[in-house]
Amino acid sequence: MSLYQLQKFLYVLNRDEQAQRQYKADPDGLLSGYQLTDEEAGALKNGDIGLLYVLGVNGQILMHYAAFLGIEWFDYLDLMREGIRRHGPVRAGVYAMTGGGASFAVEETER
Amino acid sequence: MSLVYAGVLSHAPGITGRAHLVKDTAKRDELYAHFEQQRCEIEATGPDALVVIAAEHFANFFMNNMPAFCIGMAETYEGPIEDPAWLRIERRRIPGAPDLSRRLVREVMQTVDTAYAEEWKFDHGIMVPLHFLTPEYDLPVIPVNINCQGPPLAPLHRAWAFGEALRRACDSVPERIALVGTGGISHWPATPDSGKINEAWDRDFLDRLMRLDRDALLSYTDEETYRDAGQGGFEIRTYIAAAAAAGGPGELQYYTPDLPIFAVACTVARFDIA
Repeated sequence: MSLYQLQKFLYVLNRDEQAQRQYKADPDGLLSGYQLTDEEAGALKNGDIGLLYVLGVNGQILMHYAAFLGIEWFDYLDLMREGIRRHGPVRAGVYAMTGGGASFAVEETER
Repeated sequence: MSLVYAGVLSHAPGITGRAHLVKDTAKRDELYAHFEQQRCEIEATGPDALVVIAAEHFANFFMNNMPAFCIGMAETYEGPIEDPAWLRIERRRIPGAPDLSRRLVREVMQTVDTAYAEEWKFDHGIMVPLHFLTPEYDLPVIPVNINCQGPPLAPLHRAWAFGEALRRACDSVPERIALVGTGGISHWPATPDSGKINEAWDRDFLDRLMRLDRDALLSYTDEETYRDAGQGGFEIRTYIAAAAAAGGPGELQYYTPDLPIFAVACTVARFDIA
């Protein structure tokens, strides 16, 4: 896996408006500049928050990316939990899930 | 003495970005009232500039070239880097203080090898504090970063030394400088555990901080912090640096674990300048 390259892609995308435009118009072209596995490239192309979380992407850049994709906050949390269900525990990095997957905010549980 | 104010406050993006979702609006507004009180206290000291010791989140500094410490020297800054609609803070330019920054950097470098930057896009870690503390964006800002994102992280005793160096630098210039440290205490932000809070750990840390108990503050290992306070707990470096800069005990003005939708127990405190 190439977690560094994966996170570098998101770091650039989060701060570069030209990269953001290219991501929407020509994702393959933008992705070709990075050394990624097929799984990683697919996750980025599909905006697969759950898989990116499991692959170990830093939560802060993942959160910015989700906002860029227009994903609402509670949906973002659910997508990460779904990623754990589908793919198993976080494989790398410090952003592992340490709770049982339940919500901590009444605003989420009562929505 | 030209450090005229020192304090700490929370910076979680939910504080502005998810304000509209909060059910306990009285508690939220109580928090906002304490930020406003902090703004008034800072304004009353008549500062020429505001130093913000922050823990940014891979917005400017990445693992291709990660500084342990960095001080901004730009004429202006831009923020927020995030989607403004998501953070609910409009994107704008923020005035810097480049000449003052250079003089501070020169003095800090007498003891700490800080990096410096003439480009800096503020993320929520600075924009949320500014939203409450300088809502007109009319006070020049000098951003300071401590890497709390990408290990290996600077040891806590170096965060303390960095704070002391900032204090010495502030005291070497004629300008009146206010300084805030901004970070989280225990929290697991941007994970499915967002909203998890270790209140006992928080209160113990804040007690050490308010007593300015250097040895107790510097005794945490990163492994312990990660276990008890989450990856967000690494941001205690900003609070420790602010305390070291102040040099005096603090007063915890506000702490609430009752707004977990903000992903952290929100905190406001002020230190004596000693």
